[in-house]
Amino acid sequence: MTERFMLSRRDLLKTSAAGAALGLASASFPISRAFAAAVTVGFIYVGPKDDYGYNQAHAEGAATLKAIEGISVVEEENVPETVDVQKSMESMINLDGASLIFPTSFGYFDPHMLAMCAKFPDVQFRHCGGMWNKDKHPMNAGSYFGYIGMGQYLNGVAAGHATKSKKIGFVAAKPIPQVLLNINSFLLGARSVDPAITCQVIFTGEWSLAVKEAEATNALVDQGADVITCHVDSPKVVVETAAGRGAFICGYHANQSPLAPEEYLTGAEWNWAKVYKMFVDDLVAGKPLPNFTRGGLADGFVKMSPLGPAVSEAARAQFDGTLAEMMKGGFSVIKGPLKNNKGDVVATEGQTFVEAAIELESMDYLVEGVVGSTA
Amino acid sequence: MDATEIGLWGVPLAMLGGAIRVSTPFIFVSLGEAITERSGRINLGLEGTLVFGAMTAYAVAVITGSPWLGLLAAAAAGLCFGLFHGWICRFRGVNDIAIGIALMLFGSGLAFFFGKPFIQPPAPDLPAIPFGGWSDVPQVQAALNINVLFLIGAALAVFLWWAFRNTRAGLILRVVGDSSDAARAMGLNPNTVRLIATGIGGALAGIGGAYLSLYYPGSWTEGISSGQGLMAVALVIFARWNPLGCFAAALLFGGAGALGPALQSVGVTQGYYLFYAAPYILTLVIMIATSSPSRSLAGAPGELSITK
Repeated sequence: MTERFMLSRRDLLKTSAAGAALGLASASFPISRAFAAAVTVGFIYVGPKDDYGYNQAHAEGAATLKAIEGISVVEEENVPETVDVQKSMESMINLDGASLIFPTSFGYFDPHMLAMCAKFPDVQFRHCGGMWNKDKHPMNAGSYFGYIGMGQYLNGVAAGHATKSKKIGFVAAKPIPQVLLNINSFLLGARSVDPAITCQVIFTGEWSLAVKEAEATNALVDQGADVITCHVDSPKVVVETAAGRGAFICGYHANQSPLAPEEYLTGAEWNWAKVYKMFVDDLVAGKPLPNFTRGGLADGFVKMSPLGPAVSEAARAQFDGTLAEMMKGGFSVIKGPLKNNKGDVVATEGQTFVEAAIELESMDYLVEGVVGSTA
Repeated sequence: MDATEIGLWGVPLAMLGGAIRVSTPFIFVSLGEAITERSGRINLGLEGTLVFGAMTAYAVAVITGSPWLGLLAAAAAGLCFGLFHGWICRFRGVNDIAIGIALMLFGSGLAFFFGKPFIQPPAPDLPAIPFGGWSDVPQVQAALNINVLFLIGAALAVFLWWAFRNTRAGLILRVVGDSSDAARAMGLNPNTVRLIATGIGGALAGIGGAYLSLYYPGSWTEGISSGQGLMAVALVIFARWNPLGCFAAALLFGGAGALGPALQSVGVTQGYYLFYAAPYILTLVIMIATSSPSRSLAGAPGELSITK
């Protein structure tokens, strides 16, 4: 007992020095988990939780859990994808009595979360991504993720109506399959309005690189792109720079309309609140948690920002029509006949890939009409 | 030519615009570091000062509504960091590089801690002067929208270049930097001179930070600097401790940084990682081409711990 208390005091000092918001009461009783009926859920973010982006989307989901009675939420932000995240998880379990932990960044999974899964077999871990594999990974681990490609398709529909230059722009971080699918979806959405539209993509090479994102946005506007979207961790810089240059904006990750209320058309947002509530409901009910959960727009994992004032009536009608079509399920963004921007056929006539299609997870091409290259 | 279609002209234009937009923090940090290093000390902590300056400027601008007060606060915060470095380094056996690294981490950490509530609210920007009014091309107008801090930085570079050679203060600084013994023989206290030089260097770095958060990219996030402060310190050596060289090197880095996005925007999309590495490759090439095993770096202050 003494030893355990020593550990907790040290960890308390460490975590409070890091500025983490810890409930003092639970911190001074490290074994409260054994007595408390309440469920504690831990969230770990790789960046600041109010970044108008990836982390904010998760934090908004976490915030909805706080309203539920009997659920307490502990959060830690700016946790690097190193052994630090293991310490964060350990202190959430030992000090706060967390029984369910959501490490939300890609790099937390292997080896960090897996190490904690082995050390704390009674605690459930669910990682944001698609890496959990039944044959390789323990049962108290799991993955959840959303298909947001259709959200970018709808962004494209709004962009296709708003663009005058028939040129739209995309600031992307890295050419990985999910980013490529977003770029392709954005263009295909715009082409559903006008097949002459092209999309210029600029890769910055990193998830968060403020100056380069600003330069990329300026370069796109200089080349005549008049609607900009992005896939970087925090779209704030892109949104503000594009709005400053008078371009329209489609958001990503979270709702960025407060940053540019006039220029913001719509945005593809995560709706993690729904996913987190689902897990917590199962936990409270004593049911086993799913290990592998995925969903898109129709499943409520993804939502769209409210349409902005610059969206025309025609755009609104097509947007709503497409959205209604998607909500029925079975909508395919990637469907034949479709070529990549090198001229090779990627989908033949009649071939369709629904959002859950496994082929889309190894996407390595940009479709015809996207100006850019994956390497 | 259609005004919105500038095609390949976009590349030189983006590099010009990029050089002006991106270089300002490099200019201020490297000029500040040039002053400090000319006095015989090296302050690696300027990266931390830059980040803390960015946070302070943004926070004060949010609270007071005035970007100029933010700028002033950033300079004051930078001054404190610089004076702190200079004060610690006057004690015997203290290594200025180690203290610099400590202050770099301290400055960033403190900025993250105090900056938390200021990530969301918008702050007023520092004003820019439109020099592109003569052109009808919106891209040219955008590239020539020049922030006042850039102009101040350019003027400061010329002034320092002149002052190092032609003023009493410049002479004192150089004597202290080249030989403590000679300075003492002249009746100067090297520690006091270095304290002042490091303080001014810190204040300039703070101003560089204010530019980042209040103009370009113009928001406070924790990744705002991405190592620009460290790069600026390296630029000083690259520029051979010459303020005009610092200015040129900063422009070069800014322009080269704009090359990657600009080339992709005109359709040169292969190998962009290589374009992003261009500034560093260029630095390496120049360093190798100009260094020699038989003599020390030209222009290096004699008391500098890295060249001694």
